[in-house]
Amino acid sequence: MLDGLVLYRRMAAASIAAQLRYPGTFVLQAAGNFVTTLLSFFGLWSLFHRFGSLGGWDIGMVAVLYGLVNVAFSVAETLGRGFEIFGGEFVKTGNFDRLLLRPRSTLLLLLGHELRLRPVGRFLQGAFVLAAGLHLSPHVGWATVWLIPWAVAGGAALFLGILIGQAALCFLTIEGLEVVNILTYGGVEAGQYPLPMFGRWLRRFLTWAVPIAGICYYPTLVMVRHADPLGMPMWFGAVSPALGFVFLGVMVWAWGRGVAGYVSSGS
Amino acid sequence: MTRRIGNGCALNVRGFEAHAAVFQKARDAAVRGSSGMIRGTVAIAVEDLRKVYHVREGGSWRGRTREITALDGISFSVAAGEIAGFIGPNGAGKSTAIKILSGILRPTSGIVRVGDLVPWQDRRAHVARIGVVFGQRTQLWWDLSVAEGLGLLRDIYGVDPERFARNRARLTEALDLGGIMDQSVRQLSLGQRMRAEIAAALLHDPEVLILDEPTIGLDAPSKLAVRAFVRDLRRERGTTVLLTTHDMHDIEALAERVIVIGHGRILTDSPFQDLRATTLSERILEADFVTEPPVLDLPHGATETMRDGRSVTITFDPRLVPAQVLVAQLSAVPGLDDLRIGRPAIEEIITRFYADHAT
Repeated sequence: MLDGLVLYRRMAAASIAAQLRYPGTFVLQAAGNFVTTLLSFFGLWSLFHRFGSLGGWDIGMVAVLYGLVNVAFSVAETLGRGFEIFGGEFVKTGNFDRLLLRPRSTLLLLLGHELRLRPVGRFLQGAFVLAAGLHLSPHVGWATVWLIPWAVAGGAALFLGILIGQAALCFLTIEGLEVVNILTYGGVEAGQYPLPMFGRWLRRFLTWAVPIAGICYYPTLVMVRHADPLGMPMWFGAVSPALGFVFLGVMVWAWGRGVAGYVSSGS
Repeated sequence: MTRRIGNGCALNVRGFEAHAAVFQKARDAAVRGSSGMIRGTVAIAVEDLRKVYHVREGGSWRGRTREITALDGISFSVAAGEIAGFIGPNGAGKSTAIKILSGILRPTSGIVRVGDLVPWQDRRAHVARIGVVFGQRTQLWWDLSVAEGLGLLRDIYGVDPERFARNRARLTEALDLGGIMDQSVRQLSLGQRMRAEIAAALLHDPEVLILDEPTIGLDAPSKLAVRAFVRDLRRERGTTVLLTTHDMHDIEALAERVIVIGHGRILTDSPFQDLRATTLSERILEADFVTEPPVLDLPHGATETMRDGRSVTITFDPRLVPAQVLVAQLSAVPGLDDLRIGRPAIEEIITRFYADHAT
C-alpha cells in the first residue's frame, strides 16, 4: 500500500515534469480552462439576475452548488486522465497489454499514467464561485468547514468512479461510448441546479444511482442551513458524500470484471 | 492427455495435481535433453495448451459468433538457461502463445508453468519474474528520457537501489546506452530504442526473457549487437530466453533449439541442426565459366537449376552424389573458372518446412 503511494508519487512527478516541459502551453490551457468554465457560470448568473430566484433558491445557494461540483470534478479530471483516454490509447492500440506486463494493479498504473494539471483552471474558478456563494448566503453554519472537503472528496470519488466505469465499458466497445459523457459533463451540469427542479425519476437517479445530489445538493443544504423541500432530514447531507465512495467502489469492482474479461477473451 | 475444462474453478482444483505431474514430466524431458543439453530445471512447461477465440461476425449486435482455434493443443518445455526459438508464419498462433506465457491472456484450457507459477492465475508475481520485449511496442515512456523511464521501472518492479545501480551500470555498458540516457525515447532511432527496451526488460533480473521480434526493422549492426548481447546474457547469467522472430539469422545465431508452430500446432521441436538436416540435405553448387558454358552431363542426384550468362547453378543431394565427385567431374569441363558450394538459405528451409506440413 505504502509502496503503491511511493510509486504513484514518482509517476505523478514524472507526468508533471513532462507537462511543464512546455510551460507556455500549460499556462494557456489552464487559463482557457478557467475562462470556458467561468462562462457557464455567467449563464447561470444571468438567469438569476433576470428572475431573482428560482423556486425559492437564491443565487448564493446555487453558486455553492456550482462551486462544489466543479471543484470535485476538476480533482477527478486531474487524477483520472488515464481512464478518460483509456479506450483510444490503451484498448484500441493494444497498449493495455503493456500495463498487464507490469507487476502492479492496473488501477494504480492508470492513475499514475497522467496527473493532469490543466483542470487547475476549473478548480480555481469553482473555488472562487464557491467562496462567493457562501459569502452571499445569509445563514452559513460552522459545519461548512468540514463539509466542504468531505463533499469535494465524495464528489471527486464519484466523478473518478464515472471515469473508471467509462474505461471499463471500453473493454466491450473498444473506443468508449460518447454517451457516458452525459454522466461526466452532464453530471456537472445537473449538479449545478437544486434537486427539486428535476422530475421525480431524475431525482431518484441523481440521489441513488449516480449520486450527484449526495455530493452536492444535500451537503449544500446543511452548509446554508436550508430545509429540504422534499423532506429529506438535514443529517442526510452530512453523510451523503459517502455515496460517492460507494459509487467508486462499485465502479472499481466493474473495472476488475472488465480486466478479467479482457484477459480471457483477448483483444 | 487432453483436458477439457469448462470453467476457471475446475481448472484451479483439477489443475493442481496435474501441474505437479506435468512439471515432473517436463523436468524428466529436460534432463534427457531433447536439445542434447543436460540441465536441472524446467523454466517453462506447457501442456496441451488450447485457445479458442470467439469472433463476432457481421454487425456487432446481430452478428453470429464464430470460433477460431488459435492454439490447438501445444506442448513443449524449455529448460532453465536454454535459448529456444519459437517460429511460425503469421497467424500460426505464436502471438497467442506468447501472450499466454506473459500472463496477458488466459487460455481456453491446458497447463502452463513458468518457474513455479501459472501466469494467468498470479499475474503480478509472474510478471515480476519475467522480462518481455515486444519489437513493435515500447515498454518505455515516449515523453521521458531513457534514464527517467528506467527510474520509473525501478519503482514499478521494486528493485532495491543498490541492485538497480549495479544493473543499470552493467546494462549501460553492455548495451552501449551511455550516449542516449538523457535523450527522450521519442528521439531515439529504432536501434537505440531496442537497446533501451532490452535494458528496461532486464533491470529486475528476470529468470525468463521473452523476446518477440527483437530485431524487426533494425539495421545490420544493431541486429548483431542485440544477438551478441542475448548470447552473453545467457552465458553469464543463465537467463532462459524464448525468442520469436521472422529473421532466421536470429535463430541461426542464437537458438540451439527451434519450435516450429503452424495452424495452432507444433510442427516440430528439435535442435536447429536436426531441423536443417531433416528438412533439407540439399547443397547448392555454383560454377562460373570463362565462356558460354557447355551442356553439362550431370550424374543422378544432381540437377541444373539455373543458368545465367556464364554461371550455372546445380542443386545436388550429397547422399547420392558426394560433393568431391561432382567437383571432380566439373573440373574436367573445359573453361571452368570458379566453383562455390553452399547450403540453401535458411528462409528456404523454413518455407519448405511450412509447405511440407501444410494441411
